Amino acid sequence: MAKKEYVNYFKLSIPALSRNESYARAAVAAFAAQLDPTIEEINDIKAAVSEAVTNCIVHAYSDPSGIIDITARLYDSGIYIKIRDKGCGIADIQQAMTPLYTSSPDSERAGLGFAVMESFTDRLRVSSAVGRGTTVIMEKNIGKKAVL
Amino acid sequence: MKLNLIRGDKYLCAEIGGDIDHHTAMQIRMRLDGEIERTMPQMLILDMSGVEFCDSSGIGLILGRQRLMQSMGGNLTVKNPSDTARKLITLAGLSYLIINRQPEKKGDNKNG
Repeated sequence: MAKKEYVNYFKLSIPALSRNESYARAAVAAFAAQLDPTIEEINDIKAAVSEAVTNCIVHAYSDPSGIIDITARLYDSGIYIKIRDKGCGIADIQQAMTPLYTSSPDSERAGLGFAVMESFTDRLRVSSAVGRGTTVIMEKNIGKKAVL
Repeated sequence: MKLNLIRGDKYLCAEIGGDIDHHTAMQIRMRLDGEIERTMPQMLILDMSGVEFCDSSGIGLILGRQRLMQSMGGNLTVKNPSDTARKLITLAGLSYLIINRQPEKKGDNKNG
């Protein structure tokens, strides 16, 4: 998917406010609707985006003035979604991605954010640098047309 | 987010509607826990029939209420989760909490 030309894209920057979680997932879902996805595919995208954006708000930034950058690209066969913050970063990505692990047990996080992103999309890549931020890239096939 | 609390003899039913995410889960938690601590039900039913969106914050909400109910010697069940919520609950290994009742489609045929 990534090697081909994308047919459409958008970029969105929002402050790390929890009330923007619903806006972010709705924006990506509305954009993905151009590929005529199934309801299940749309729901998967919304949940995966919601998890990534929530991580930025809960973990990356201690201050809601932090900025979350969302880029989405449409290909014939699916959607590419990049969610980037310039927050605290993740020291141990493998640990952070372990299901049920959470760095903030007191705030009732289930520790399933990355597990949801992984199981609800077709490809997940996470890169991070402590003190510089985290980038999450997800790709989702739509219409089961082609492999990425 | 909508939250409708129905108090029974020994149970509390929380009808949740709209979206459950990190933002709304905090609001649901505050209202629900206040009611649980005040009425001390033996059974908490989280009715998710009206939930339109749910992410892992919904799982956090279930786990937190399960802990609270257990600390008072009570139990919790989850009623009618959507397909997405069901996938999440299964991912978290909590499918044993679901009571499986499909919404009735043929008129009002509820007896008891």
